[in-house]
Amino acid sequence: MKTYIDTGKKDTRSGFGAGLTQLGKTNEHVVALCADLTGSLKMDAFKENHPERFFQVGIAEANMMGMAAGLTIGGKIPFTGTFANFSTGRVYDQIRQSIAYSGKNVKICASHAGVTLGEDGATHQILEDLGLMKMLPGMTVINTCDYNQTKAATIALADHHGPVYLRFGRPKVANFTPENGSFTIGKAVELQEGTDVTIIATGHLVWEALQACKTLKEQGISAEVINIHTIKPLDGAAILKSVAKTRCVVTAEEHNYLGGLGESVSRILAENNPVPQEFVATQDTFGESGTPDQLMEKYGLNAAAIVRAATKVVARK
Amino acid sequence: MANITQLEAFTTQVRRDIVRQVHKVNSGHPGGSLGCAEFLVALYQQVMRRKEGFNMDGHQEDIFFLSNGHISPVFYSVLARSGYFPVEELNTFRLLNSRLQGHPTTHEGLPGVRIASGSLGQGISVAIGAAAAKKLNKDAHLVYTLCGDGELQEGQNWEAIMYASGNKVDNLIVTIDVNGQQIDGSTDTVLPLGNIRAKFEAFGWEVVTIEKGNNMQAILEGMESAKSKTGQGKPICVLLQTVMGNGVDFMMHTHAWHGKAPNDEQLASALAQNPQTLSDY
Repeated sequence: MKTYIDTGKKDTRSGFGAGLTQLGKTNEHVVALCADLTGSLKMDAFKENHPERFFQVGIAEANMMGMAAGLTIGGKIPFTGTFANFSTGRVYDQIRQSIAYSGKNVKICASHAGVTLGEDGATHQILEDLGLMKMLPGMTVINTCDYNQTKAATIALADHHGPVYLRFGRPKVANFTPENGSFTIGKAVELQEGTDVTIIATGHLVWEALQACKTLKEQGISAEVINIHTIKPLDGAAILKSVAKTRCVVTAEEHNYLGGLGESVSRILAENNPVPQEFVATQDTFGESGTPDQLMEKYGLNAAAIVRAATKVVARK
Repeated sequence: MANITQLEAFTTQVRRDIVRQVHKVNSGHPGGSLGCAEFLVALYQQVMRRKEGFNMDGHQEDIFFLSNGHISPVFYSVLARSGYFPVEELNTFRLLNSRLQGHPTTHEGLPGVRIASGSLGQGISVAIGAAAAKKLNKDAHLVYTLCGDGELQEGQNWEAIMYASGNKVDNLIVTIDVNGQQIDGSTDTVLPLGNIRAKFEAFGWEVVTIEKGNNMQAILEGMESAKSKTGQGKPICVLLQTVMGNGVDFMMHTHAWHGKAPNDEQLASALAQNPQTLSDY
């Protein structure tokens, strides 16, 4: 069993900020837009270093998405920054028509996704964004798991042509993937090898899955852990390869079970190798105020919940 | 450079193209298309500094975005007759597998189109982004966009209008087709727009009114005036007062032909009022 070390808790949004800062220096085509959340999105350094390439649009997300589409006409690579809720549901039609259908090279970067936004409550905690975005034809959907991976993904986006939704979060979480590691869009990362159950996790749930893996081992269950950072296009080959061995799956995500990673995995399984699956996800509900840890516990989105799901799904084989 | 007579003749042919496209598939939007025929002909044949051929990025040329995408018949006709794609392709308007979708799109790769439009209220934002890219690229050319007056009811416009003046987007000319009509009736009865000029001015824009928005000379003069005001720290709004359905008598001054096709008799009447000047496709 591989050992993963938390090198110190960091927020994934700071990984985005660090990646954007680096891109500012290395890619003159990169521009950034923000809807009055520069500090929250950690875009301050880019703004300071490249004021001419930074667009403060105010509290006007619809205009931001349209402007981003327009900036691509002229060769710019726009990165938009606001909360996940205001990056998706609020501006769905703008993204749909001006970005996705128009095939524009816009990177929609969304912080504060999921319940771990915490105390602000359900108005700001979107649990539907992965579903909304993966439904858009041509949209790449990424949900990174820690600071290092978010930084790497941000940098990788500039070299990928096409619209992308990059989802990350607010709280400080374990930082355990390699520093300055590579990031390949659409490529799953196997974190632990196992034989009894495949745990497919995304975002903040990846670290939880690694913790669950340890507990399961103590219970005599060998879990394979896969980090699916790219929900669309989904690495079906990696999933099927693992499932051929384990013959059951737990999916884990900070998102509604409707429309999320779990359903995408279900489709791959149904078409190729139907096996039992359990969903660690919110159950068609809104969030609420609380600390991130309290909310992850209440909504069943932590290592303990993954252990329960794994135990259950192994028994269903 | 074309003279007024040539531009008017060009417009007459565009009117034929509009009604023929819509008639053939018994769908589409002739009213607004006819109202903006003179304007788009002026824009593409005289006002804009364009390059030959089509390049999505539009470097070192003026570019245009159609925000009210439902007037695709006039857009397609003017694009085709300005050399972006074969005029014969107007035969495929709204047909299966056509590049001439009901509303314009980049999705099928139709030269001349840089953004999908149809869901209203998004064009000014896109134009601002493109104008910002031009400034970053040290490209002194202009960005044009056309919106409907009813379209101003969409809130996104006012986000964009506020942004453009606040950020001195002065390489942008936004034209509003003020025809006073929308699907459910006059703009005054559906949702009054109030004083559009005063609204734009209150938001810090320079406003040019073209009272005779179907008169070629007036359009050319008005657009020259608009161009002369660019580069001075303010975005430019042109209020183009048009008659919906202009040039086809039974379609004029009513919202009835917003999204309705003429029947065979009506087509014959419309074509009789607009004899061939270039050549039919």
